[in-house]
Amino acid sequence: MSEPPRRIEITEPVTITVDGREVTAQNGEWLIDACERNDAYIPRFCYHPRMEPVGMCRMCLVEVDTGRGPALQPSCMLPVTPGMSVDTTNDKVAKAQDGVLEFLLSNHPLDCPVCDKGGECPLQDQTMAYGPGESRFVEEKRHYEKPIPISETVFLDRERCILCDRCTRFASDVAGDPLIHFIDRGSQTEIATFPDEPFASYFSGNTVQICPVGALTAKPYRFRARPWDLEEVESTCTSCSVGCRVTIQSSRNQLVRYQGVDSDPVNWSWLCDKGRFGHEASNSEDRLREPMRRSEDGALRVAQWSDALGAAAAAIRSVDPSRVAVLGGARLTNESQYAWTKLAKSVIGTDHVDAQLGDGLPAEVVLGLPGASIDDVCAKGGTVLYLGPDPKEELPVLYLRLRHAAVSDSVRIVECSPMRSGLSPYAAASLQYAPGELPALVAALCSGDVPDGGVAGVDADTVRSAAALLDGIDDLSVVVGRANLAETAGVVVDAIDAVRSARPGARYLSALRRGNVRGALEAGMSPGLLPGRTTIATGSATWTEAWGAVPTAAGLDGLGILDAAAEGRLDVLILLGADPLTDAADRSLARRAIAGAGTVISLDSLPSASTLQSDIVLPVAAFGECDGTTTNLEGRVTVLHQKVTPPGTARTDWMIAAELALRLGGDLGVESSQVELWDELVKHSAPHDGLSSAALAAQEDPDGLLLPLDATIELAATTPTNVPPRSADSLRLVVNRTLYDSGSAISHCASSAALVPEASVRLSPADAAAMGLETGTFVTVASSHGSVSVPAVVDPGVPGGAAVVRHNLESVDAGVLVDAADPVCDVRVELR
Amino acid sequence: MARLTPENVELAHRIIARYPRPKSATIPLCHLAQEQDGWLTDEAMVHVAELVGCTPAEVLGTASFYEMFKRHETGRYCLNVCTNISCQLLGGEELLEHAEQVLGVRPGGTTSDGMFTLEDVECIAACTEAPAVQVNYRYFHRLGPDDLDQLITDLRSGALDDVVPHHGTLGRVHQDLDGDRIANITPPEAQTEPVWIRRHRELAESNDGGAS
Amino acid sequence: MIGTTTPAMPTAPGVPAIVSSRFGVADGHTLEGYRSSGSYEGYSALRAVLEMSPSAASEIVKDASLLGRGGAGFPAGIKWGFCPADVWPRYIVVNGDESEPGTYKDRVLMERDPHQLIEGCLIAAYAIGAAQVFLYVRGEMAHAQERIAAALNEAYAAGLVGRNILGTDFSVDIVLHWGAGAYIVGEETALIESLEGNRGMPRLKPPFFPAAKGVYLAPTIVNNVETLSNLPWLFSHSVEEYRSVGTDSSPGTRLIALSGHVENPGIFEVAQGTTTFRELFESELYGNGIRAGHELKMFIPGGASAPWFFPEQVDLPLEGRVVGGAGSMLGSGAVVVMDETTDAVRACLRLVRFFARESCGKCTPCREGTTWEEKILQRILDGHGRPSDLELLLDVADNISPGPYPVASDPANDLDAVPYPPRQTTICPLGPSSVAPITSAIRRFRHEFEDKIVQRDLIPVEGVSVDV
Ligand SMILES: Cc1cc2nc3c(=O)[nH]c(=O)nc-3n(C[C@H](O)[C@H](O)[C@H](O)COP(=O)(O)O)c2cc1C
Ligand code: SF4
Ligand code: FES
Repeated sequence: MSEPPRRIEITEPVTITVDGREVTAQNGEWLIDACERNDAYIPRFCYHPRMEPVGMCRMCLVEVDTGRGPALQPSCMLPVTPGMSVDTTNDKVAKAQDGVLEFLLSNHPLDCPVCDKGGECPLQDQTMAYGPGESRFVEEKRHYEKPIPISETVFLDRERCILCDRCTRFASDVAGDPLIHFIDRGSQTEIATFPDEPFASYFSGNTVQICPVGALTAKPYRFRARPWDLEEVESTCTSCSVGCRVTIQSSRNQLVRYQGVDSDPVNWSWLCDKGRFGHEASNSEDRLREPMRRSEDGALRVAQWSDALGAAAAAIRSVDPSRVAVLGGARLTNESQYAWTKLAKSVIGTDHVDAQLGDGLPAEVVLGLPGASIDDVCAKGGTVLYLGPDPKEELPVLYLRLRHAAVSDSVRIVECSPMRSGLSPYAAASLQYAPGELPALVAALCSGDVPDGGVAGVDADTVRSAAALLDGIDDLSVVVGRANLAETAGVVVDAIDAVRSARPGARYLSALRRGNVRGALEAGMSPGLLPGRTTIATGSATWTEAWGAVPTAAGLDGLGILDAAAEGRLDVLILLGADPLTDAADRSLARRAIAGAGTVISLDSLPSASTLQSDIVLPVAAFGECDGTTTNLEGRVTVLHQKVTPPGTARTDWMIAAELALRLGGDLGVESSQVELWDELVKHSAPHDGLSSAALAAQEDPDGLLLPLDATIELAATTPTNVPPRSADSLRLVVNRTLYDSGSAISHCASSAALVPEASVRLSPADAAAMGLETGTFVTVASSHGSVSVPAVVDPGVPGGAAVVRHNLESVDAGVLVDAADPVCDVRVELR
Repeated sequence: MARLTPENVELAHRIIARYPRPKSATIPLCHLAQEQDGWLTDEAMVHVAELVGCTPAEVLGTASFYEMFKRHETGRYCLNVCTNISCQLLGGEELLEHAEQVLGVRPGGTTSDGMFTLEDVECIAACTEAPAVQVNYRYFHRLGPDDLDQLITDLRSGALDDVVPHHGTLGRVHQDLDGDRIANITPPEAQTEPVWIRRHRELAESNDGGAS
Repeated sequence: MIGTTTPAMPTAPGVPAIVSSRFGVADGHTLEGYRSSGSYEGYSALRAVLEMSPSAASEIVKDASLLGRGGAGFPAGIKWGFCPADVWPRYIVVNGDESEPGTYKDRVLMERDPHQLIEGCLIAAYAIGAAQVFLYVRGEMAHAQERIAAALNEAYAAGLVGRNILGTDFSVDIVLHWGAGAYIVGEETALIESLEGNRGMPRLKPPFFPAAKGVYLAPTIVNNVETLSNLPWLFSHSVEEYRSVGTDSSPGTRLIALSGHVENPGIFEVAQGTTTFRELFESELYGNGIRAGHELKMFIPGGASAPWFFPEQVDLPLEGRVVGGAGSMLGSGAVVVMDETTDAVRACLRLVRFFARESCGKCTPCREGTTWEEKILQRILDGHGRPSDLELLLDVADNISPGPYPVASDPANDLDAVPYPPRQTTICPLGPSSVAPITSAIRRFRHEFEDKIVQRDLIPVEGVSVDV
């Protein structure tokens, strides 16, 4: 757990004396950090560099003289002041620290041999280093029932707990989920949840990571390995696009644990549980290990690679390139994305390539807007217009950063969302708008012109007071994304246009969800796009020179590809880790597309509804099984490392692209490693200048390198989306996502699968009352395309006129209600 | 044993209104719940959490810190015998032993008829009147064993019903603060320099200005 | 017996009854009684204060050198001045959590003269510009809560509290709040946590000095009930009259709770600084002597947290600096007298047990150390002591409060006093306070401990009982 001090830039240097040496420290920083930075490590248990200190454990006592004589002081809570003199080792300090250690051990069980933490336990280490040989404590120790579960994933052993307040501070101050708490008093104090109310936090795993002893353990790791059996490398989590730095640890060629790494611009050492316990999916029994082909009898059967690749190549070769499409790829490494773009756009010759399934934002919007980094958005005292999805559900660690910004750094967030989100309690203003009417709301917020009757279903006073927060803020940070999958991207684009015209100085962070979607767009995985933020219009010369050939006209986007497939206009559909059958917002379109496409070739690591319907399945290496780089939502490129070998004969996506290229008479120009692909991209792409593999490797910190925020491609003019009015007897549908859903990654994670919430339709209290519904009443939600039966939940966070159904939960398929061609979706809710 | 009754919810809202932030009402509301049920039930803590806007775990964390909140059913009377120094010197510990024998329970225990819970407590601020005892937080001073016997008899017979209400009841006179008379209870963020301070500051500034 | 408090106690000749003048008045707790009895006319001081500027009122408190009566003895006027300029709101929290063993005076002040306290709160609120006053009464004091609630209701109805007090632009609310049983909540930062609805665990000072960052992190003045109860008399008299009692460094009076082995235990208002412990114990006005037929063995001069004094110290005056220099503190005005029948080990254990039970649990040394101390002492008292236990006990104590620990002089053994205060490895002084009885008792009565350590019986034997 030893967390190093935060890396800081010394802006206000002061000189202090540490153990007789004069050193430089930052004025006001905690003394404990200043000492550690200057090679005088002070032992500690309760202090954590990412949380407010409490000065509780008293282990960090040192003798400090600020001119009034030396006195023992907790260094974790003492700000450095000029001229301060510190003794971290003298007899008095040593006695005080030994005393604390002895006190902590007096009630601590001696079960290190069976403790998960044994071998990496600061208490054990301290004891070995300085502790007393024989305990002078001869009385009986405190006894508690051995580990008790405090949630689906976390166990608590109260005998081992040293009451450092780290987990509880994390839960309340960092995650905002104060579901674990100290109870009772004095030596009876323990950590507890309320009876029957478990520590159900998306961030619970962090408490296990920061527990300085083995009191908190995680079910997915308990007894899986001992620290000395572990090997580790640093990497970046690709579960979502935040891109948290992690160390991935393996034991006997199995991934067993991920731990957050403190990346200052990104995750501050935190992870969400979905990312943290993602290794369970990698280790799943169900992993795809061998290629498969659909045989004569219609069954998928294991095949040789040569056979499967040959069949794939044959299918592609036999048709016109305009009848081939590549869908997905947002979960690939940058290198694999580049290889697949090159394969599709140059070797095969199709521009029907899209990393997004119609649920993202147009590539030119993501790449064409002036960018803001997470740090920019969260900068002290700033103002943020939040137009994205619920970050707690989709981009959990971005939520932690935004929450911290609002709570501790006086950042004012104006949130516009279709229903209250995890962020709403921390927003200075949170406005719930009628689906489809975001552009009008944003225009009113930016102009301050608010009709007396309100706008987008939000009353005039609320909009006016929110507008006041934005008034005169020219350097607004805007977070944009798709909060409602039942609403077309055009609506969001119109809202962005409204901000652009009112606040030309605004900067944008795209809150797209999939792991490396940003990298995919930077690599050109979108119709009309070429790598390096160029289009067919602006990049043809460069990329023709590099590749030999590039498409001459823009192809179909994700929705266009699905439409074309459904209408029988595609002969080959290649799915790069994409699962339209569970992931696309319009479920019936996805079904028709998979059925209507000629040959479906699927590259994936786990079986999904779509792989099971494919004709050729190629198993790929998953996270931790391949090297490469990834790009997060800000455009930050970091290095991914391989830790274990992929199961069976699974290969990395770029290798498959290279093999296919050869079979199609082309050549991707890669001999032995993905580095060649990356450096080729860097060589030809202006934004990637300075990001060569050598430059990335030379990085000392885990933060990676940021692509330029400013270099943009030109934004095409858009035509406003026409949203029809809602009829009085219908509700407007909101489809949004939860962190845990029934996608294949979660379904194959034992600990997360149990946390998938039950499907429901959420209604405002007013609408529910009008319909005579209560929470729990079973209802039918029907659109003109389909219907689902679910229990109703009356939720005051839902605005009147809206019906919220969560995407992809268990058997309930909100996607059947949606028609991707319509700008919004109206439904009727009826008692069953 | 339940959530607060509608009348108590109304009272709870009045109590909450006395504080700049609702969470400050946590302890008073737990007392209210304890007065209602005789002890502090889980259901009541959930209700208090809803009323003050925090999680039940936070209410439990707070409530369990304090001696007076009982998370198990208690007797009708909590008989608290002080054994701290001043009382110890004058027989507090012996008085406690006597109480144990008479009631047949150890400290922390409740008599089988549900009448008495005996407690061995720390100083109750009656040191000059030692040994001192509280019953449901009503004082009885300078008690010998015989006085204690009499006290127990009187409590059992109901002779002291007027002076000792059932467990959980604290002050029977409540501060009665209504909207008209409240000066200025708003969240700290909404507070500015008080008017009389500003008046005197401005006066002083204008005097200074006149002098120079 | 219900609600019985000490009847009126006459003060010594020449010593005015500054705070206790209505203790014996049957209706002294009502508005009517407050206005018509006692050593000044109720609420006349408030009227006078409203005529002056807030800063002038603060000056008077400073000039009077009104020392805090909650334990630390810090001058109230100076504390008020620590509120950072131009930071609003400011709050006042009245510390009525009185729980220090031996202490019994704030309860009487609240039960017998609640209006005096309310008037004191109003004067303080006017002077510092408080947005609100919280009157935090110890949870177990149901009667005091009732009396204060009734008094506040009367005062609000009479326009003395709340909006536009006495028709002026001075407005402030006084809200009665009460605790639920935790000694540590008497510590001012824990009091603030508790008032915010949290566990009463102290905050570290710095940075959380209440005057700068108190309730809701706003500037907050925490004053003891007795401290504020002095204000009405002070403002209806004068600084000179106030300072004519006591000494220059400790002016005015103090309420002393004299308990234990004296003939006449009680609460007495005595002149600070000049009255000696001997007078307190022996004067007919006060203690009227040690229990007949017994002699003084030791006494606690300022509550359970104070190191013990012995017969050599009886001629010291009740003067903070003198007592501090002599190795103890005046603390909360709790003087506990113990005669020769007292078993030093048993008394020591009882006090240590108090601190162990009341530790909030925040600091490792206090949480673990006080319980360990208790266990060792219990073992010694039970006859299971080991010869090494005394050194162990002292060393455990030293790890909570690195020595030398304050202690009274012992002329017979040629040992000097170690002056107050102790050092601490903890956040607040509770843990270190547990060391006071240990070092006091072992230094003076080591043989009593040794006598209980049955040197042969290293293995506990069933049924060992030691007569104490
Ligand atoms: C452990 C501990 C307990 C305390 N208990 C009380 C108390 O019960 N009443 C009190 O007025 N002050 C108590 N104090 C002192 C307060 O922290 C604070 O100094 C005092 O209320 C300030 O008021 P004053 O300046 O008017 O004396 C205690 C301090 C400590 C460290
Ligand atoms: S010294 Fe004891 S009571 Fe004081 S803060 Fe520390 S643990 Fe709590
Ligand atoms: S690390 Fe400073 S007190 Fe725990």
